[in-house]
Amino acid sequence: MNTVEQAVYQLGRVDSLALQDTSIHRIDARAKVITTLVFVICVVSFPKYAVIPLLPFALFPAVMAGAGLLPFPWLGQRVLAVAPFAVVVGMFNPLIDREIVTLFGGPGIAAGWLSFASIIVRFLLTTAAALTLIGTTGMNGVCAALERLRVPDVFVTQLLLLYRYLFVLTDEALRAVRARDLRSFGRRGTELRVFGQLLGHLLLRTNARAQRVYAAMLMRGFDGHVRTRRTLTLNRRDVTFMVGWCAVFVVARAVNLPELLGGLIEGALS
Amino acid sequence: MTHHSIDVRDVRFAYPDGTPALDDVSFRVGHGEAVAIVGANGAGKSTLLAHITGLLRPEHGSVSIGDTPVTRDTLPDIRRTVGMVFQDPDDQLFMPTVGEDVAFGPVNLRLPEQVIEERVTDALARVGAESLRDRAPYRLSGGEKRAASIATVLALCPNVLVLDEPSSNLDPQARRRLIVLLRGFEHTKLIATHDLDLALEVCDRAIVMVDGSIAVDGPIRDVFTDDALLERAGLERPLTMQNCASCSALRDT
Repeated sequence: MNTVEQAVYQLGRVDSLALQDTSIHRIDARAKVITTLVFVICVVSFPKYAVIPLLPFALFPAVMAGAGLLPFPWLGQRVLAVAPFAVVVGMFNPLIDREIVTLFGGPGIAAGWLSFASIIVRFLLTTAAALTLIGTTGMNGVCAALERLRVPDVFVTQLLLLYRYLFVLTDEALRAVRARDLRSFGRRGTELRVFGQLLGHLLLRTNARAQRVYAAMLMRGFDGHVRTRRTLTLNRRDVTFMVGWCAVFVVARAVNLPELLGGLIEGALS
Repeated sequence: MTHHSIDVRDVRFAYPDGTPALDDVSFRVGHGEAVAIVGANGAGKSTLLAHITGLLRPEHGSVSIGDTPVTRDTLPDIRRTVGMVFQDPDDQLFMPTVGEDVAFGPVNLRLPEQVIEERVTDALARVGAESLRDRAPYRLSGGEKRAASIATVLALCPNVLVLDEPSSNLDPQARRRLIVLLRGFEHTKLIATHDLDLALEVCDRAIVMVDGSIAVDGPIRDVFTDDALLERAGLERPLTMQNCASCSALRDT
């Protein structure tokens, strides 16, 4: 299987995972969306040098993935696949922010390293939370929740179509790459020039395909608004899930739990 | 008033780059008729279907479904009346599951939830695809995709079914199931196809298109035995009408 084929397979796997039936999957999509949103807000609102206080937040994606039967290797691979973006965002911090700080009374390091670590941890947490949300709810479920939460139609429709377009694009890419590979021998045929032409064709082909998909949608009454059919019912269990987790996030945001825990252990030992 | 007939009058159309596609095309399909549109690649079959469904508008002439002319204002009505099955099922299936895809049209018609549920169940049952309901469309086989794409159209309860190359990419058994399915529909049917054997089994009448015009419109058995016409249209007799010596010998033994 080449890398494009693997990408196509992995893309479809999210939908398969979202179709499982676990206690997490059964929770109302709105409760999961709001909880994840509060999680993200709490995580990104920490001061720029915060690293240790962020660690308790790993509990949420870990519990969601564990109880939602999302394979950890799948989650890890997806998070790492986009990690370079976070690295690029923070890579110059250690060079620019050279103020020396001391950690746990030990040797001093540039404060930039702390802010860099903070960016990486925040990125890992928020990406993992977003992935567990999609993996336990499905893109359609998330869109249905957004629709009910009165997010403007235009955003919800864009999101749904963007997701669908990913499959159209990867499908066309797969065919083009297969056709190229079958007529390439060694490195001949895979040069940058050919790749450029292939990309150009890919754009034209996906455009033509998208027009056909659009025509098929029009034929079935599409009027610019994708109506999702999920009947969402918010019961006591969903509210408990949402309020419980949000309370944990707010406490973890307000109180430095690792420091508190460390203090308690230190007090008990002395 | 009937919504089951198709009336195409003097339709002319050229693509924006100037390529002529349809040239004075006229025909009428009556209530419950099954008509095959056949012709070589580029003869104008798909363009004609796009006019009947209102995806393209003629430069000259008119298209009516029943008493309703196909215009911008009548498109919602036309699309409720005419169901189109596209050549590539992947173009038609875009929701995360087959069930949601079949429900897409009825949901857009803003039908009550109970009616939507009935329509989805009924449409999937009619194409024998109940078990596919929770499957992702891109994980289905060619035959399953075709069945699902037909179900998405049946759920709209159309009066007229328009199919573009319905048997392409199907294995022999899936193709046979499709033929049985199509023969079971009472809808007015218009089928653009290169599969003349399928046309012979499902339709009573054939319209032969050559270079954007109708060369012949008549009873299918007469059309498919006119070798000179078939030659001119870039076609050949259906396999079942070719009187192959080996097949005849096999039949006789």
